[in-house]
Amino acid sequence: MRDLNKVRSQHLDILKEAGNIGAGHAAAALSQMLNKTIEMKVPGVKVIPFNEIGEYTGGDETIVAAVFLRIEGEAPGNMFFILPVKEANRLAQRLTGDLSIDFMGDSLNEMGISALNEAGNILAGAYLSALADFTHLNMQPTPPAIAVDMITAILSFGLIEMSEAGDHAIVINTEINEKGSGHAVSFKGHFFLLPDPPSLDKILNAFGVRQNE
Amino acid sequence: MNNLIKVGMAELKVAKSPQIIRTSGLGSCVGIILYNEKAKVSGLAHIMLPDSSCARAGVLNRAKYADTAINDLVQLLGIEGVPSCLLKAKIAGGAQMFKFSSKNESMRIGPRNVEAVKEILYRLNIPVLFEDVGGNMGRTIQFNPATSILEIRTVSKGLVQV
Repeated sequence: MRDLNKVRSQHLDILKEAGNIGAGHAAAALSQMLNKTIEMKVPGVKVIPFNEIGEYTGGDETIVAAVFLRIEGEAPGNMFFILPVKEANRLAQRLTGDLSIDFMGDSLNEMGISALNEAGNILAGAYLSALADFTHLNMQPTPPAIAVDMITAILSFGLIEMSEAGDHAIVINTEINEKGSGHAVSFKGHFFLLPDPPSLDKILNAFGVRQNE
Repeated sequence: MNNLIKVGMAELKVAKSPQIIRTSGLGSCVGIILYNEKAKVSGLAHIMLPDSSCARAGVLNRAKYADTAINDLVQLLGIEGVPSCLLKAKIAGGAQMFKFSSKNESMRIGPRNVEAVKEILYRLNIPVLFEDVGGNMGRTIQFNPATSILEIRTVSKGLVQV
């Protein structure tokens, strides 16, 4: 088992490259869905100690909307598509045309939830299939689940598998930008890909990194 | 604000009056407060997993597991002069943040954490005077050892004092 403390910067570059390929496919899927030009990029891949994840994501208690998918197959892991609540509202409003959608509201809007689920599903699916093509590893997302809550409370759930092997998580960040007419609108969303510890080895191996490098 | 002691995920710390101790964003994790109202001293652990025997590799972070974290809290509070027979507990967390059709055991981690914590405290004869566990919401908790008051903040209910 690889110690996450020893993951080297070149390994992170490989994961970033994989992330960018996935992001390209995901952006194309989202562009089609919204009928807008969407760009996505992976600004960085980081290894973060658990107790700093809150700070890294803008505060432990930042309220976000999260779509969670469990990845099954040869390289299992967890995946989150996370948006600050305001951005999630905007995205769901954009998708449904219903401007009353508010994920912080008292009554949950089924259409809004369904739209966000679908967005997360399509994005994650595109992202994963690109990563799967690239690595020749079979990876399938399970049906998505949604939660709106404090970011640390949400993310910690996805860290359980990783926490059995260490105290660090690998986070592949993704920025989503919408190019409007003349001005760019940005959805500041993030993907968190949290491979189970054995999967990390498999992914790195698929990129030609040997076990003891 | 120097009196505020923050405990991160998989960490544990001790606070004495006039200090206040807090941990943020408990999801499936459980926050365990052990305290003594007379000594005005308290310890807080933010555990992620029920049992250290499931640890797989490397150096064991004892604060991450219910069993080792509670043992360490009891020891630290013993050093502060409070024997375990005078300790009381308040616990919060152990939610299920997402609803799944899947029966996968790791998806039930919140309830399993709560069961483990209660079982260990019961074995140590430490009474649990308050619990706010389960459900599907994240919690931030803050404990004041001077008053033994626990504050619980959630997105849906705001701030509650107990």
